[in-house]
Amino acid sequence: MIAIIDYGMGNLRSVQKGFEKVGAEAVVTADPNKILEADRIVLPGVGAFRDCMSNLEQAGFVEPILKVIAEGRPFLGICVGMQLLFTDSVEFGKYNGLNLIPGHVLRFPDKMTVAGEKLKVPQMGWNQLHFQHRPPVLESIEEGSNVYFVHSYYVIPDDKSVIATTTGYGVEFCSSVWKDNIIATQFHPEKSQGVGLRILKNFAELK
Amino acid sequence: MLTKRIIPCLDVKGGRVVKGVQFLELRDAGDPVEIAEMYDQQGADELTFLDITASSDQRDIIIDVVRRTAERVFMPLTVGGGIRNVDDIRRLLNAGADKTSINTAAVNRPEFVKEAAERFGSQCTVVAIDARRVPGEHRWEVYTHGGRNPTGIDVIEWAIRMEGYGSGEILLTSMDCDGTKDGYDLELTRAVVDAVSIPVIASGGVGNLEHLFDGFTKAGASACLAASIFHYREYTIGQAKEYLHDKGVAVRL
Repeated sequence: MIAIIDYGMGNLRSVQKGFEKVGAEAVVTADPNKILEADRIVLPGVGAFRDCMSNLEQAGFVEPILKVIAEGRPFLGICVGMQLLFTDSVEFGKYNGLNLIPGHVLRFPDKMTVAGEKLKVPQMGWNQLHFQHRPPVLESIEEGSNVYFVHSYYVIPDDKSVIATTTGYGVEFCSSVWKDNIIATQFHPEKSQGVGLRILKNFAELK
Repeated sequence: MLTKRIIPCLDVKGGRVVKGVQFLELRDAGDPVEIAEMYDQQGADELTFLDITASSDQRDIIIDVVRRTAERVFMPLTVGGGIRNVDDIRRLLNAGADKTSINTAAVNRPEFVKEAAERFGSQCTVVAIDARRVPGEHRWEVYTHGGRNPTGIDVIEWAIRMEGYGSGEILLTSMDCDGTKDGYDLELTRAVVDAVSIPVIASGGVGNLEHLFDGFTKAGASACLAASIFHYREYTIGQAKEYLHDKGVAVRL
């Protein structure tokens, strides 16, 4: 069973429906004990980093998350759910994250231009994945596949070897990471049509 | 690189699509979920539902439409029309919407946009602006209530203010061009694109594929919204994208 962590941030229904579409059972739960019972865990997230982090703390999810990750259960972070795994973020001040992947969360630079047009922030829309490593969860995803992004901040891992894919938006940023049993994507697999559903299926079937 | 987005827009009234019912023949008068699935298969980059249901007691219908759509279509979905408070947004997001677009309620009370962005994030707070050119002048005025009521507010100033309040995207409709099929108001769109740092969706007036090209290249729009050219099957989304791709616009094929 897949547990999707509900800590009051974001549209969890589409993540759940995405898993159901590929034949996997997923529950949305606000109960920290429930995730201890799950064999794989998803941390979604939209909104501001500090709000996500404080909601996660207040709902009592931090300890269980650290526990299931330490036990080696497959763990998927999506969007802000990816950023929360890092050391800190500069969104609205400096806030600490879970520090499971050492590194920082930065904002896209202002006033950049690409091909004569001002770079818009947030990045909103479909952009391509360029593989650095290929984790099992990205099995059979083609180089250059388009996936859906909505974000103003991006992660910079200290250890570059955890970078699974990069994507270009003014800078070549880290669009997914893979570290042991943790996989995390800056893009939204649940909004990325066939490519995204394939990723959810791969995650549901990870050994 | 980030690709330019093509977004079909469905006007929904009482749970049915009210524009573009012709091509569905007698089998169905226009189920938004079915049409959403068709656009999904054609490669639309997002979908927008505009709820034009007049009475507030029918608001639950759009919630149900969104819920059923989100079960079958795995792409970003924006819902606009009649959103008045934070609870309206919460219910739409819970049903499966990814973004909500706020129009009249933002003009009535601009702080609402700030509250929505703080609560749900800028990424799901779209501000829809209905703009009309001030006759004889090089500026545009914000209208509300589907383009009926003038507000006296300057469009450029309003767009900048809404960005400052946390809006993550502007849906910009030219009331002068809407329905004409003569193309987007490129001057208006360019002026707003240059004034704000957030993405701008061009809307109103598209009649052929060249208009989409102009919206992206001349006006610098991040996305182009279109209704009738797709509803009446003048073009498929795939054809639009092939055309844009051949002319050097980065699109998702």
